[in-house]
Amino acid sequence: MSRHFVSIEGLSKVYPSKEQDLVVFEGANIGIDKGEFVCIIGHSGCGKSTILNVMAGLETPTTGTMIMDNKEASGPSLDRGVVFQNYSLLPWLTALQNVSFGVKARWPTWNKAKVEAHSSHFLEMVGLSGALHRKPSELSGGMCQRVSIARAFATSPKLLLLDEPFGALDALTRGVIQDELLKIWSETQQTVFMITHDVDEAILLADRVLLMTNGPHARVAESVKINIARPRNRANIIEDPAYYKIRNYLVNFLVKRSGQLSGSAGQVGGATQEVDPSVEINPKSEQSAALKAAI
Amino acid sequence: MASLNMKATLLSLLLLLVGLGIWEAMNQAPAASTGLSEYERMMGGADQEARVPPPSQVFSHAWDELSDPFYDAGPNDKGIGIQLAYSLYRVLTGYLAAALIAIPLGFVIGMSPLMHKALNPFIQVLRPISPLAWMPLALFIIRDSEGSAIFVIFICSIWPMLINTAFGVANVRTDWIKVARTHELSPLKTAFLVILPAAAPTILTGMRISIGIAWLVIVAAEMLVGGTGIGYYVWNEWNNLDLNSVIFSILMIGLVGMLLDMTLAAVTKLVQYED
Repeated sequence: MSRHFVSIEGLSKVYPSKEQDLVVFEGANIGIDKGEFVCIIGHSGCGKSTILNVMAGLETPTTGTMIMDNKEASGPSLDRGVVFQNYSLLPWLTALQNVSFGVKARWPTWNKAKVEAHSSHFLEMVGLSGALHRKPSELSGGMCQRVSIARAFATSPKLLLLDEPFGALDALTRGVIQDELLKIWSETQQTVFMITHDVDEAILLADRVLLMTNGPHARVAESVKINIARPRNRANIIEDPAYYKIRNYLVNFLVKRSGQLSGSAGQVGGATQEVDPSVEINPKSEQSAALKAAI
Repeated sequence: MASLNMKATLLSLLLLLVGLGIWEAMNQAPAASTGLSEYERMMGGADQEARVPPPSQVFSHAWDELSDPFYDAGPNDKGIGIQLAYSLYRVLTGYLAAALIAIPLGFVIGMSPLMHKALNPFIQVLRPISPLAWMPLALFIIRDSEGSAIFVIFICSIWPMLINTAFGVANVRTDWIKVARTHELSPLKTAFLVILPAAAPTILTGMRISIGIAWLVIVAAEMLVGGTGIGYYVWNEWNNLDLNSVIFSILMIGLVGMLLDMTLAAVTKLVQYED
């Protein structure tokens, strides 16, 4: 596992209670390579956000560790940038000041001009050069999320964590910002870990998609390789022969197998299966049959 | 909107004129049927009963007072400007001292649940005490009427600021605290860059309530301690049976109170943000 740039081993989160401890997820092993874009999908309540909060250092795991760049990562750090679903912009600051807030925290010795130039550059990358001096209340939801993305990318974290960044946006806006995210990601070579509910979004953006079983006792069951050439865009990706194979595989997991596999950590031993649906048309049929027999 | 404002202004003026008109009409001394004796003229007319002076008299008196507001003809006869300045000095001194203590303490209470629980009983007991009830104790301990008046202002303006600061700080959105944490801000930087601007509108609301209460209390406090100030002035003119001055100073108290409130409202607007 330690060969990965980011490697999470045996992570679990338990909320103790008098009657029965609530195990949100357990035995989560996740490896992310440098520059990789990894999405995680699962039903609500499976602990995706908790995993992300643990990775951000905002929550402590019950067991397990996270190693990033050969160092143990614990507690919040500028090395791990976070984009929250509700933007989390400071409403008394303008768009530029919000991005500068992060840049100043990252490089305290920079002078004002350098901070502003750097911040405006990233706001331009997300297409907001015309709204530098507007406050979040004067921006639409999509524009707010762009500011939030610019703030995170501008601090050049080693790992960027996105917590359902497009969940609150309408479909049209979401599509535009997905394209912008792809663009800025390919320009900056960021390592990204992103939570999403949207299968199509995951296929468009990710190199790999992690699938979580239903909670409680959720775990990361499979790691699905998205074998579609880049650069991708929303228009041409659906013409790729692998697209529907991958999509069907993911939807099938979410609809059927996430529930069947739930709570079966004991049988599988918590190991994450590597899957490439674009190669095997009917992947893991033996294994899922074996699992059904086991259940 | 412009027409609404216009209508409102016209209506206000109309109400003012009607009010003043009734006041004026009801307080005319009855015309004497015969010539007044010297005694009657000394007593202000043919009427045996004292009357509230009509607005025309009050305004002509106000004009005289306001045309020379800072004259000083001895301890019993100072201009309205000097009296108001004394009151404002006491209010602002007590108020600023209260702010210096209430805002940092409110931060501590808002950020620490332990301190909140530990200090809350004291606040709940001390807060409902009428500020004037402190006056005898203050006079005994401080042994100075000036200092005691300032202390009374201090004690009455501390509570709204303290409680609002604590509330504002405790209710800063956790998202913004998370932003501070993921940006590795030190506790001090978090307090100044995130919590203070986030809680500023609530803190300023508390400060606005406080200045209003302080201005209410100073009049009563100065009636008690005497010497100078607008509260003393009202009471002194009552003892002089100069109702023109009493009514005039009541209006001035209202006017200054409104200006204080408007100042704080303007500052609140500066730190207000739309979420």
